[in-house]
Amino acid sequence: MNFQFPDLTPMMPELAMTAFALIVMLLDLLIKKKEVVALISIAGVALVSLTLFGPSGTTFGTMFISDGYSTFFKLIFFINVILTILISIKYIAVEKVNYGEYYSLILFSTIGMMVMASAGDLIVLYLGLELMALSTYVLAGFNRHDIKSNEAALKYFLLGAFSSAFLLYGISIVYGLTGTTDLRAIAAFISARDLAHNSSLLLSVIFLTVAFGFKIAAAPFHMWAPDVYEGAPTSITAFMSVGPKAAGFAVLGRVFMIAFASVKADWAAILIPIAILTMAVGNIVALSQTNIKRMLAYSSIAHAGYALLGIITANNEGLASTMNYLMIYAFMNIGAFAVIIMLRSEGFKGDNISDYEGLSKTHPLAAVLMLIFMFSLTGIPPTAGFIGKLYIFMSAINAGYTWLVVIAVIFSAISAYFYLRIIMYMYMREPKTTVPLTTSFSNGIALGITTAAVLLIGVLPAYLLNLAKAAIKGF
Amino acid sequence: MEQQVIMNQLSYPILSTVIFLPVLGALLILLNRRSWESLSRWIALGTSIATFFLSIPLFTMFDKSTHKMQFVEKFKWIPDWNIYYFIGIDGISVLFILLSTLTAILCVLISWESIKTKVKEFYIAILLTTSFMIGVFCSLDFFLFYIFWEAMLIPMFLIIGVWGGPNRIYAAIKFFLYTLVGSLFMLVGIIVLYLYAGKTFNILELMTKTYPFTMQVWLFWAFFSAFAVKVPMWPVHTWLPDAHTEAPTAGSVILAAVLIKMGAYGFLRFSLPLFPDASQAMTPIMLTLSVIGIIYGAVICLAQTDLKRLIAYSSVSHMGFVTLGIFALNIQGLEGGILQMLNHGIVTGALFLSVGIVYDRTHTRKIADYGGLATEMPIYASFFMVFTLASIGLPATNGFIGEFLILLGGFKANQWAGVLACTGIIIGAGYMLWLYQRIFFMEVNAKLHGLVDMDVRETIILIPLIFLVFWIGIYPDSFLSFMHPTVQHLIERLNTGGVQEMNIAKTIMGVVK
Repeated sequence: MNFQFPDLTPMMPELAMTAFALIVMLLDLLIKKKEVVALISIAGVALVSLTLFGPSGTTFGTMFISDGYSTFFKLIFFINVILTILISIKYIAVEKVNYGEYYSLILFSTIGMMVMASAGDLIVLYLGLELMALSTYVLAGFNRHDIKSNEAALKYFLLGAFSSAFLLYGISIVYGLTGTTDLRAIAAFISARDLAHNSSLLLSVIFLTVAFGFKIAAAPFHMWAPDVYEGAPTSITAFMSVGPKAAGFAVLGRVFMIAFASVKADWAAILIPIAILTMAVGNIVALSQTNIKRMLAYSSIAHAGYALLGIITANNEGLASTMNYLMIYAFMNIGAFAVIIMLRSEGFKGDNISDYEGLSKTHPLAAVLMLIFMFSLTGIPPTAGFIGKLYIFMSAINAGYTWLVVIAVIFSAISAYFYLRIIMYMYMREPKTTVPLTTSFSNGIALGITTAAVLLIGVLPAYLLNLAKAAIKGF
Repeated sequence: MEQQVIMNQLSYPILSTVIFLPVLGALLILLNRRSWESLSRWIALGTSIATFFLSIPLFTMFDKSTHKMQFVEKFKWIPDWNIYYFIGIDGISVLFILLSTLTAILCVLISWESIKTKVKEFYIAILLTTSFMIGVFCSLDFFLFYIFWEAMLIPMFLIIGVWGGPNRIYAAIKFFLYTLVGSLFMLVGIIVLYLYAGKTFNILELMTKTYPFTMQVWLFWAFFSAFAVKVPMWPVHTWLPDAHTEAPTAGSVILAAVLIKMGAYGFLRFSLPLFPDASQAMTPIMLTLSVIGIIYGAVICLAQTDLKRLIAYSSVSHMGFVTLGIFALNIQGLEGGILQMLNHGIVTGALFLSVGIVYDRTHTRKIADYGGLATEMPIYASFFMVFTLASIGLPATNGFIGEFLILLGGFKANQWAGVLACTGIIIGAGYMLWLYQRIFFMEVNAKLHGLVDMDVRETIILIPLIFLVFWIGIYPDSFLSFMHPTVQHLIERLNTGGVQEMNIAKTIMGVVK
C-alpha cells in the first residue's frame, strides 16, 4: 500500500491551536501570575485566527473538511473563547480558583469544537465531540470549593456520557448499514441502494438527533442544562451556552444535510416537534426562575429552538440563517453574562434576579448594557437579536413553514416577559442594598466588544449576512 | 416606479434631519454630567424646538396637488435582502410628523418640574421616542418601518415603567406585551408579503401588486393584530387605560397624541392599499368593532372615578370614530378619520397636559378630590373648558369638523353604523360636561384652597393647542387640502382592487358561457 503523508494545510488552525494550548499548559508551570497566562491565551487565539484565512480543502482522505462552513463556526468559537477569557480573568480570582489549567482547558475544548465543525467523518466528529465535552466537564466543576459546581460537573458528565453512547450507537448502526463512516459516502450509499425508507436508518437518525439534541440543549434532552448552567462558574456558563451549542449545530447541520440528505423529510419531521417543545419549555419555564443563571439557561434552551428552525428548512439559506443566529447569540449572550459576572464579588453571589433591584440607580452603565442585551435576546430592533430572528423567520417562511414561524413568534412574545422582568427590576424598583460591582479592564473590553457588536449588527447587518451567505456557498 | 415618488427637492435631507436630530440631542444628554439636570432639560428643549422648526418646511413646501411621495430619500441599506433606507411623506403622513414634533416640545416643557428622578434618562427616552415616531410616519420600506415601530416600545416602556404612577410596572409590562404580540404577527405578515412579491420591502412597489383574496384576508388580520392593539380597538384596548393612567404626564401625552395614531395610520397606509379586497370584505366587522368601541368607551367613561382613566376611555371612544371613518371607505370618512386623528391628538393631548398641570399641584387623580376648581384657578378652568368642548365636538372647534365628516361617511357606508355612532357623541357630551362640573363647579374642595393658577410655562404649553383647536375648527381646509389627492388615490386603489376581482369574475363567466 502506498502511504502518502496527508496535506496538513487545511487543518492549520487546529494544529496551531493545539500547539498553543500545549504551550499555555506548560507556561502555567512557569508563570505565577495567571493573568499573564490568560493574556498569552488571548494572543494565541488571535494569532491562530489568522490561519483561518488559509487554504480550504479536505485532508486525511475526506475525514477532515475545511470550508466556508467550518470557518464560520470556527470564527464563532474564537469569538467565544476570547470573550470568555476576557470575562474570566477577574472572576476566577474572585472565586479563588485562579489556576492556569483553566485557560488550557478552555483552549482544548475549543479545539474539540473546531474538529467537530470540520469533521467529514463520524469518527472524527466523535473525537472532536469528546475532546470538547471532557474539557467542559472539568471546567463545569472548576469551582472546586463549591458543592453546586461539583454537582454540575458530575451531572454534566453522567448525562454527557449517556448522550455519547447514543451517538456511538447511532454511528454503529449507520456503519452497519452502509459500511462507512464518511459523510458523503454514507449519502452516496443511501441513494445508490435506495435505503431512504430503511427503518434502521431512521433509528440511527433518531439516535444522532438525541446525541446532538443533548449538545445543543434541545428539549426533551435539556434536563442537564439548568443545573449545570447554575452550578458552573459563570464564565464557563457563558462559554458553554455558546461554544458547545454552536458546535452541536455545526455537526447537526453537516451530518443531516450531507449524510442524510436523502431523508430530509424524515429528520425534519423529527426536528419540528423538538423545536416546538424546545421553544415551549425554554420560554415557559424561564418565566418562573429566580436565579438569573438558571433563567438564562432556559433562555438558551429557547434560543436553540429558534435556531433549529433554520435547520428544519433543510436548505442552504436556512442553514445560513442558523449560523447567523448563532454568531449573534454569541455576542448577546456573553454580553449578558459579562454583566452578570460583575455582580459576583467576594462574599456576594449576586446571581439572584432580586440582586438586580435598582441597579440603574447604583450602577447606571451596567444597567444600560444589561438593558441592551435583554432587548436583543427578546429580539427587539434595532438590536442584533432582531436581525437574527428575522433571518430565521424569513428562511423558514420561504421554505413553507409559516405556521411554525407563527408558533415561534408566540413563544418569542412570551419570552419578552422574563427578559423585561430583569429590566423592570433594574429600572423600576428601588435598590435595597448597594450591590458592589467587580469591574475589571478585561471585562470592560468584553462588554465593549459585545455591546458594539449587538448594536452594529442590529443597524448594519449587511456584513454579517454576507459572511454567512459566503460561508454556505458550495456547502 | 420612479413616477410614484418625488425626490427630496430641498438642498438638505430634511426628513432624515427631522428623524435623527432628536437622537443627536439624546446623545448630547447622554454625554452630559448626571448632576447637571437643568442642562439636560435645556438640551432636550433646544433639540425639540429645533426639530419642530426644521419640520415646518414640510408643511409649507408640501406639494398639495399630488398623491406621490415627497421629500423622498432612498439609499441602499442591506443589499442582500433588498432593503433600502427609503423615506418620504404624502398627504396622510405629513401632518402627523408636525404633530409629533410639536408634541415633543410640549412633553419636554410639561415635565420641566414634575420629573425629578433620573432626569437625564427621562429626556433621552422622550427624544428617542420622538425620533422613532417620526420614523414610523416616514418609512417607505417595511423593514425600516418595523424597526422604528418596535424600537419605539423600548423608550415608551421605560417612560411608563420608571416615571409612572403607583401601578406603573403592571401597566408598562401590559403595554409592552400587548403591542409586541400584535407586532410580531404583523412581522410574519410582512415576511409573507416580502417573499410573495419577489423579495422586496418597498411599500410602494408592494402596493402595485395584487394578492390572492385568501392571502389578503390572512394578511389583513395579521396586520390588524398590530394596528388594532395600537389604535386601540375594542376588545384589545385594555392596555390603554392602564398605560395612560400610570404613565407620567409626558408619557400619556405621547401615547394619546401620537402613539395610538400609529395604529390608524397603519390601517390607512398599509391595510387599505395592500389588501383592498380584504378591506372591503372586512368592512362590516370593522364597522361593528368601531361602533362597539365608540359606545363602550363612552359608557365606561361615565363610571370612572379617576381623571386620567376617564380621558383614556374617552380615547377608546374617539378612536372608534377614527376607525369608523377609515372603514367607511369613502372620501368623507377617510378624510374625517385622518383629521380626527389629528384632532384627537391635539385635544386629548391637551387634556392630559391639563390634568398633568393640576396633578403637579394636588398629586391626586381622583375626581372626588376635586370640585370648585374654577374659583381657585380661573385661567386654567377656561382653558380646560375649551378642550372639553372640543372633545365633545362643538361647532367651531376641531372636534366638530372631524366627527361631522366621519358621520357623513359613516352614514353613506352603513346607516346603522352612523346612527349608533351618534349616540357616542351624545354620551360623550354627557361624561365630559359632567366631569367638568365635578371638577370645576360645585363647592370648593377644602384641599384645593390656595392652589396657584397656571404659570407662564404652563400657559405657553397650552396656547398653541388652543390655537390649533380653533384653526382646524374654523378653517379646516388648510389641513384637509393636504389630504385630498392622497385620499382620492387611496380610494381609486381600493376600487381597482375590487374591479380587478370583478373583471376576473366576468372573464370566468364569459369562459363558462
